[in-house]
Amino acid sequence: MNVQTTEKSKEQLRAELLKPDVITGSEILLRSLLLEGVDCVFGYPGGAVLYIYDAMHGNPDFNHLLTRHEQGAIHAADGYARSTGKVGVCIATSGPGATNLVTGIATAYMDSVPLVVITGNVATTVIGTDAFQEADITGITMPITKHSYLVRDVKDLPRVIKEAFHIANTGRKGPVLIDIPKDVSNATCEFHYPETVNIRGYNPTVMPNKLQVEKMLEAIAESERPVIIAGGGVVAADASAELLEFVEKTRIPVTTTLLGLGGFPSSHELWMGMPGMHGTYAANMALQSCDLLISIGARFDDRVTMKVKGFAPQAKKIVHIDVDPAEIGKIIETAIPCVGDVKNVLQLANQKAKPAKSEAWIETVKENVKNKPLRYKDSDTELKPQYVIEMINETTRGEAIVTTDVGQHQMWAAQYYKFNHPRSMITSGGLGTMGFGFPSAIGAQMAHPDRTVVSINGDGGMQMCSQELAVCAINNIPVKIVVINNQVLGMVRQWQEIIYDNRYSHIDLAGSPDFVKLAEAYGVKGLRATNKEEAHKVWREALDTPGPVLVEFVVRKGENVYPMVTQGSTLDEMIMGDSE
Amino acid sequence: MSIQRHTVSVLVNNQPGVLQRVSGLFGRRGFNIDSITVGESEEPGLSRMVIVTTGDDKTLEQVSKQLYKLIDVIKVVDLSSNPMVARELALIKVNAEPSARPEILGVVETFRAAVVDIGPSSLIVQVVGDSDKIDAMVELLKPYGIRELSRTGVTAMIRGSVK
Ligand SMILES: Cc1ncc(C[n+]2csc(CCOP(=O)(O)OP(=O)(O)O)c2C)c(N)n1
Repeated sequence: MNVQTTEKSKEQLRAELLKPDVITGSEILLRSLLLEGVDCVFGYPGGAVLYIYDAMHGNPDFNHLLTRHEQGAIHAADGYARSTGKVGVCIATSGPGATNLVTGIATAYMDSVPLVVITGNVATTVIGTDAFQEADITGITMPITKHSYLVRDVKDLPRVIKEAFHIANTGRKGPVLIDIPKDVSNATCEFHYPETVNIRGYNPTVMPNKLQVEKMLEAIAESERPVIIAGGGVVAADASAELLEFVEKTRIPVTTTLLGLGGFPSSHELWMGMPGMHGTYAANMALQSCDLLISIGARFDDRVTMKVKGFAPQAKKIVHIDVDPAEIGKIIETAIPCVGDVKNVLQLANQKAKPAKSEAWIETVKENVKNKPLRYKDSDTELKPQYVIEMINETTRGEAIVTTDVGQHQMWAAQYYKFNHPRSMITSGGLGTMGFGFPSAIGAQMAHPDRTVVSINGDGGMQMCSQELAVCAINNIPVKIVVINNQVLGMVRQWQEIIYDNRYSHIDLAGSPDFVKLAEAYGVKGLRATNKEEAHKVWREALDTPGPVLVEFVVRKGENVYPMVTQGSTLDEMIMGDSE
Repeated sequence: MSIQRHTVSVLVNNQPGVLQRVSGLFGRRGFNIDSITVGESEEPGLSRMVIVTTGDDKTLEQVSKQLYKLIDVIKVVDLSSNPMVARELALIKVNAEPSARPEILGVVETFRAAVVDIGPSSLIVQVVGDSDKIDAMVELLKPYGIRELSRTGVTAMIRGSVK
């Protein structure tokens, strides 16, 4: 694997990097990235970034991974960021290179993932003339970036990079784009990397208002049926330990959203599972009957609330903790807003937190968890996708980093894999991006060379970025790539069955490649299982193989994800399906 | 909650693309823009936008919070929650054969507007005031035949020393 093998000490390297030499924009970029502690960049070259790629040539300190598509590069950077909490970086050329990043930028934006996205652009002298491979990428991406820069003067570059990293990874995190015209990457100036940033229009509120926190604690002390809904904000703020302490002190049952999975240990007695469209009975019923709802870093996504009008109808008070003030009151009226970094808010709250009057309520919740667990009808003749996930969970003891693509397998992974650590579930929640699962695993594995990284994909989504198999093979990135093959666009099939009266329109994936051969064609080991026995055997083999392996599980075609709440229904109107 | 007209003043960094960022935000979040004006502010490097928008209080709160999320936005003030002065300028090119001119000039005088150009068969009238006044002026000139109308949109300020 392409791990950095520099002999130099960090201080030595830093001193060298900070020298006020007269260097090109490209060298400024490389030095600045190294100064920001970036240890792996994902990218794809092209005309407008050739000076940058030229500067990389022979630079032993700079680690760049060549993907096979820009979408692969940005999802890999995203997986790197989500699995570490550090800023992910990717580089692409102007025009088509830059536009190929758009899906990945939007994916990161929706899930508040810190990225610095570097694009090349045509020279400043021809910007705006429809020059070869010109696209207004700052314009195109304005709605899906936290901020963006078009750098017109090389002297601005160090400040811009410093600011970009700061903006990406503070407050509500998100992608920041830096567009660098070709002549700027070749222009020279003396290098001075700023120590600090000072951006007048950017001062995120990270410390909460004490009074609001006290109001929350009072509301908790009075409540009899409190519920916490914990979201991606808990993970993003590295506040899992604080959340655990808060829950133990206040005795409030917890449901974690898709992005919040792992933010609270699933083994905990007060965990109820995931809420929402495919949430557990216990979590959804708790939301519908709670008298106090505390959202911690969750934004009331419509996949969670379902019909907003009927959401949490008995909650006398709603507390909303979020670092982004714009989230408060956006969907749900909030009685007690706590604006601030989730970690800070919980630390403050934990100083005085007292239990709610929740012991009777906890019994009800626990009964629901026990009596209505996630269930499926297992079969001895057909392999069930849920069974496969359970097997993956057991064999990795819930310790793997799991990335998923989008569809039924994603929901099954969320339901049947038991996440006990933050940053171990990597999935596109907000945008629901097919093609995300596999490349994001590459990024996660680059950041965690010694951990087991399992990428769970559908047969549809696997074909959206399968070209990155080459990257795994060449760099010996040991991702275990799972393809849950149900021969259809499963989640679409499910909707067409339930909502569109079995009118199956364009969901048949006939013509898919032989996934085992596809893997082998790239030099990746490929394995297949069609029944339970084979499943255990090949999966064991995959785990015991040091390098990358693709494992195809051929599963039952018509399986559905349950429970399910259809659009327009409230959370207590669950279709229990096979799970009953 | 009632739907109201709000006049919002937004102090921004004078950066390329900032108008696009602000107007784009309104567009994609489904906030209406009735008018938008931009110009230099009292501080070098900063511009002031005045945006007239319609919506209930909740919408206005979201508008303001979303605007604050833009890195180039420094301050957002809902002017209409204070006593304010709002002004708009319009240039109106109206048909004016010599025989009709005295009448038109009468209207212009009453509105304390001004004639800023005279052509063989037309006049350009310049009027400054709140939007209602300009609407009224336009209505009165319509019967003569308006050839061209150009309005600047509203710019506004809070009265006195309220900041
Ligand atoms: C890029 C993209 N296109 C379309 C969709 C809509 N979509 C959501 S789930 C799904 C089906 C996914 O099928 P597959 O990858 O086979 O996974 P399965 O649901 O069968 O597990 C589709 C098409 C999407 N989420 N992303």
